[in-house]
Amino acid sequence: MFDLYRPGTSFLHRAPAGGKVLALAVLGTLTFLTDDIRIIAAGLAVALLLYPTCGLTLKNAWAQIRPTLWILIAIFIAQVIFNTWQLGVFVVARFGLLLLLAGLLTLTTRASDMIDGIERGLPFLRLLGVNPAKVSLALSLALRFIPVLAQITKDVREAQRVRGLENSVIALAIPLFVRTLRMSDDIADAIEARGYRP
Amino acid sequence: MTLTTRDIVMIALFAALTAALGLFPPITLPIAGGVPITAQSMGCMLAGALAGAKRGGLALALFALLVAIGLPLMAGGRGGFGLFLTPSGGFIIGFAAAAFVIGWLFARHSGEVPLVTSIIYIAIGGIGVVYLFGIPWWAYTAEQSIAIVAGKCTVFLPGDSIKVVLAALIARGVRRAYPGL
Repeated sequence: MFDLYRPGTSFLHRAPAGGKVLALAVLGTLTFLTDDIRIIAAGLAVALLLYPTCGLTLKNAWAQIRPTLWILIAIFIAQVIFNTWQLGVFVVARFGLLLLLAGLLTLTTRASDMIDGIERGLPFLRLLGVNPAKVSLALSLALRFIPVLAQITKDVREAQRVRGLENSVIALAIPLFVRTLRMSDDIADAIEARGYRP
Repeated sequence: MTLTTRDIVMIALFAALTAALGLFPPITLPIAGGVPITAQSMGCMLAGALAGAKRGGLALALFALLVAIGLPLMAGGRGGFGLFLTPSGGFIIGFAAAAFVIGWLFARHSGEVPLVTSIIYIAIGGIGVVYLFGIPWWAYTAEQSIAIVAGKCTVFLPGDSIKVVLAALIARGVRRAYPGL
């Protein structure tokens, strides 16, 4: 799997995926209910401590923040200009905390465990008139399709390079879509031919 | 709501396509702010224009679910539930709504949608609806006023306009080459 999971045996690694998602949702909501920077700072300290506790490095923690760094900087500057620098620090610290907490979930939970957890939680969908088996099929198919699409993209790109069209987005996209749509029709037929009736 | 096997496969396909568009080498245009323009938001435009309201909307909802469970599918390899709590969150939700709206607008025509009309439709969904969700959530999470955030988003508009036109051209080409959609 190409997920962000980092193998380990810590208590967070062993905790059930559903419980971790729930905990993150609760903690995430709580950070929006407080306006006390001290609570956020304490949260940040705990989250940072949890990284080494769970066999992760501080580099892993930084990797959670880095992709959003420019947004954080932009938000901070805007807060300093339009409000106060204190509010800027608070908002940025809250983001940092949320990213670190979510990173803990992502790094200690296999995507496959997460999907299993979701599938176990799906039966409630029946009450809404949604068939959980269909959701589950769509999830697994999408995961399978991503590497396939990367391969088809590579093939089409090579074919178009031969024609000198490698810089044309449209010459790349149209055959890519036609190929994948044809493939998806075949897959649907194959699934039905095997008697799948969700 | 009934979904055939073909519907489910197409939902999965367009969710995966949106994910793959994030892996695509970004169409790097040197624009203000140094924000790279990625092909990802074209996912919702194409899902709506090609798969229709129901399948397109569900495909992007599935994409949001995949991001939420921690797959690094957002452009730049970002993923995880935390993204929904950052300014990006509104945009991810907005993608699904946009795909639905675009699909609904396209379904109002029986034959081929004229190019200019389809550009307008895709712009309504891919720019209008996406920012309708994206801006308020960004403003709320960053504790900034809606006006300031909206001003910042104008940086993305040139790139978005290019993507809208590209999506319209691609959608037209695909519909012509594959009429069975």
